[in-house]
Amino acid sequence: MNIERIASISTLENIRDKARASSPENGKSEEQEAVLLCAGGGCIASGAYAFKEALQSALNSQGLADKVTIIETGCLGPCAQGPVCVIGRDKTYYQGLQPTDAEELVSSHLKGNQIVERLTWKGEGEKPVPVLADIEFFKRQTKIVLRNCGRIVPTSLQDYIAHDGYAGLAKALTSMTPEQVIDEVRISGLRGRGGAGFPTHIKWTFTRNSEDPQKYILCNADEGDPGAYMDRSVLEGDPHSIVEGMALGAYAIGSSKGYVYVRAEYPLAIERLQIAIDAARQAGLLGKRILDTDFCFDVEIRMGSGAFVCGEETALINSIEGKRGEPRPRPPFPAVKGLWQKPSCLNNVETFANIPAIIHRGGAWYAGMGTEKSKGTKVFALAGAINVSGLVEVPIGAKLREIIYDIGGGIKGGGVFKAAQMGGPSGGCIPAAHLDVGLDYETLQSLGAIMGSGGMIVMDEHSCMVDVARFFLEFTQDESCGKCVPCREGTKRMQAILTKICAGEASMEDLDLLEDLASTVKSTSLCGLGQTAPNPVLSTLMHFRDEYVEHITDRKCRAHVCPALVQFNINDNCTGCTLCARRCPVQAISGEKKEKHVIDQSLCIKCGACLLACKFEAVDKQ
Amino acid sequence: MNIELNGKIYEVEPGQTILEAARSHGVYIPTLCYHAKTGGVGKCRVCVVEVEGMRGIVTACTVQVGEDMKIVTESPSLRKHRKMVVDLLLSAGHHDCLSCAQCGNCELQDVAYSLGLTHPSFPQPERKPEDLSSEFLVFDETKCIQCGRCIQGDNCTVINDTLGFAYRGADTKVSFDHDLPIGSSSCVQCGECVQLCPTGALTDKKARGLGRNWELEKVNTTCPYCGVGCQMTLHVDRKQNRIVRVTGREDAFNEGMLCVKGRYGYDFPSSPKRLTHPMIRKNGVLEQVSWEEALDYTATRIKEIVDRDGPDVFSAFGSGRITNENNYAIQKFTRAVIGTNNVDHCART
Ligand SMILES: Cc1cc2nc3c(=O)[nH]c(=O)nc-3n(C[C@H](O)[C@H](O)[C@H](O)COP(=O)(O)O)c2cc1C
Ligand code: SF4
Ligand code: SF4
Ligand code: SF4
Repeated sequence: MNIERIASISTLENIRDKARASSPENGKSEEQEAVLLCAGGGCIASGAYAFKEALQSALNSQGLADKVTIIETGCLGPCAQGPVCVIGRDKTYYQGLQPTDAEELVSSHLKGNQIVERLTWKGEGEKPVPVLADIEFFKRQTKIVLRNCGRIVPTSLQDYIAHDGYAGLAKALTSMTPEQVIDEVRISGLRGRGGAGFPTHIKWTFTRNSEDPQKYILCNADEGDPGAYMDRSVLEGDPHSIVEGMALGAYAIGSSKGYVYVRAEYPLAIERLQIAIDAARQAGLLGKRILDTDFCFDVEIRMGSGAFVCGEETALINSIEGKRGEPRPRPPFPAVKGLWQKPSCLNNVETFANIPAIIHRGGAWYAGMGTEKSKGTKVFALAGAINVSGLVEVPIGAKLREIIYDIGGGIKGGGVFKAAQMGGPSGGCIPAAHLDVGLDYETLQSLGAIMGSGGMIVMDEHSCMVDVARFFLEFTQDESCGKCVPCREGTKRMQAILTKICAGEASMEDLDLLEDLASTVKSTSLCGLGQTAPNPVLSTLMHFRDEYVEHITDRKCRAHVCPALVQFNINDNCTGCTLCARRCPVQAISGEKKEKHVIDQSLCIKCGACLLACKFEAVDKQ
Repeated sequence: MNIELNGKIYEVEPGQTILEAARSHGVYIPTLCYHAKTGGVGKCRVCVVEVEGMRGIVTACTVQVGEDMKIVTESPSLRKHRKMVVDLLLSAGHHDCLSCAQCGNCELQDVAYSLGLTHPSFPQPERKPEDLSSEFLVFDETKCIQCGRCIQGDNCTVINDTLGFAYRGADTKVSFDHDLPIGSSSCVQCGECVQLCPTGALTDKKARGLGRNWELEKVNTTCPYCGVGCQMTLHVDRKQNRIVRVTGREDAFNEGMLCVKGRYGYDFPSSPKRLTHPMIRKNGVLEQVSWEEALDYTATRIKEIVDRDGPDVFSAFGSGRITNENNYAIQKFTRAVIGTNNVDHCART
């Protein structure tokens, strides 16, 4: 597509007004209808493209091909329900779409204006809730970072502009000094969304104050926390917001060159971001003399190979330089000596995504959301034992209960909430006692968890907290770069002790050693990876110490998760049907027909096949 | 500028790290990865100290001193952390000091000793064989503490780019090229890595079993091979009258660096093939003669030839194996006594 150079604010506004009128979100035009099909990573994985094909052929065969366009958008959020779509004009939301649903969707809804209820959201009492705006999951969110995701065509510059895209950049370049931009960010109260929550304006001021003709603005799209994918969604669903956010940051700190560091496992994000960069370049929104001002700026993508540590700022810088992905000691801080020893400012994708909105709508507007010390919104990646998992964006300070029960629809299978793991491998667990605390940086830290990148794994009574800690230590010890001793050797030893506890082979002395190790690894490691690696252990010890002790002294895992501490036994309900004996892969079950069977514990491998097989609730897991 | 170290005021240079400042005043802070040549890299975390106003604990090797900085280098918690870190290192390998070439000269041994560590607390990994594939170097992975000094030396002073870290986390290891045996790698065997290694991970193959560090007399000298004149230390076994190993002098201009010949070509002084007395070939057979006879014979022959054919038929060839003074005398003799400029030398650098 040929894109005209946008040389002034008025050209930009003209394009915006024209594009707004025909935005697919509004059904394009009177006669034209659009189906906004989520083409985010989650929906693609669950078959969005197969559905798209079926939908297209249904449109063709039912004669609607020139009236209805299928638009691929970014992620809408309820990822586990995918593939999902929204019908443009009346905003009907459909989920769980299979290719076989296509014909009906076209004939009923698009032709006959009849809602296909079985494919809609189900509210209380399984009541269908067809319209997006009425659905609890969406209604209770405040979308700033994800403002355009699922609403615009990610690859269309016009559509981004139609949704106030590049209005912030235009405003800054034509009517604000770099200092004023930084001040607006200060007023907004925005804190870095990459994990630590460092105030963005302070980082920008530091880098602005470093005198050097060459500075770099860097975007951290490494997104290494297991389970977190908000950055990916923004890049896939609204890539221009990152280009614009970085341009604004570059203007503020006095940089002319930026790099986005994206993991190579995000091919779609890379593809869409590259399309956005190319389009912005063609339109003159990147490159020399942007919007006919003196401001020059360009962005390039650098791919990482998916090492968790490369999300750490100095390791990321090393990696861009082509070196081994290892952190550097700080000071010197990147704001003084960063990429190629030049002053550099690194911000997270979500941080940058907020910037255009803040500049366009004003810092005070942004500061109107959130808590005293933590302003704005935060995206969480809900997962685990929850009814609706996916991406949700809420004002900071929202209560855990709201997120889990009101937005996420509560615990799967009506179970009991036990804890939420927040902040991934650097974070910790929040137990049920704190369901009503507001989620902000300080509160989470005081509870032994962190905001982190916003990963939130919901757990019920089927989760063993020692096993959870073991899982995260397995991750960190594997991802440790190996540069410094406490992290390289210490995390491995912590993992070994946790494995021992889970196997029921540990002593109380091991627990003491685990705590000593945690203390040294936390205090002496070189970078954030090692410094936070003990958090999953420390926080579960803080809230669930009794579970550790139980594993050690009683050889008991109350969640029945740790295989070595689980026993399968057959109770008196047994009718002697012999099914379990036939299912057992190691022939550990014996017994006469019509008589009670027994499990030979020395042979049992704890696979649980008998429990699944038994129709008489005669197998107990203890 | 002044700093306060463990409650005492010291004058220090701006720009120095806490470690350098402390060392310049004789205050001991244990380290493992630090070496004056490879600098403070903050890898081993043994030099942790507390600085008033700084969050947590910091590494003395990476943080520069500031005016009136208050630093504590010893406290129960610092000691606890150091012990744990060194314990982890000891547990990660096999430190059999009894038979280790580095014993008595090992920075890990010293730090473990100063912390009172007697044994590793964690189960040790499987043993691995040493890499004996090269002529002069031995690499024992199980004694390597991944301090990176060898790599820094190889990459930044020798600039041979053979060494690097491979893999990550607890699997991190020093690798020769792409994890090749040393003998098949691009290693030129200059021994810079051996010189920098704080432990017995990299050692000299030729010196194995020939004498403990403390038994060997250290003799400083100049390398006899070429005109650069690197400064070196011979480690001599007096009783056997034998050079056991050679190290570069780190306080000299070559900063400890030597080439493969300088570091490992030290066999010739005790070579049985070496000429120990003058000989003259008589009737086709070499015969031992006195110095007087040898010198007379040589002087007479030179004089005859030069008188007959002129000085330019004469040419002198000096040797790297003899001293500067000897070589000076050779050229002086050639130029002033014989009268020709035909002078050359095997180490004409
Ligand atoms: C081990 C480790 C991994 C990290 N991974 C990420 C990451 O994947 N994405 C990210 O934005 N920040 C990550 N960070 C935080 C960054 O170092 C950095 O603080 C952040 O990108 C700064 O951006 P912000 O100020 O906008 O938050 C990581 C930090 C550590 C210590
Ligand atoms: S803390 Fe871990 S990841 Fe960070 S530098 Fe040390 S070894 Fe590498
Ligand atoms: S390297 Fe040092 S600590 Fe290890 S065995 Fe040798 S002397 Fe002992
Ligand atoms: S071989 Fe020696 S110098 Fe090299 S990393 Fe290992 S301990 Fe350090």
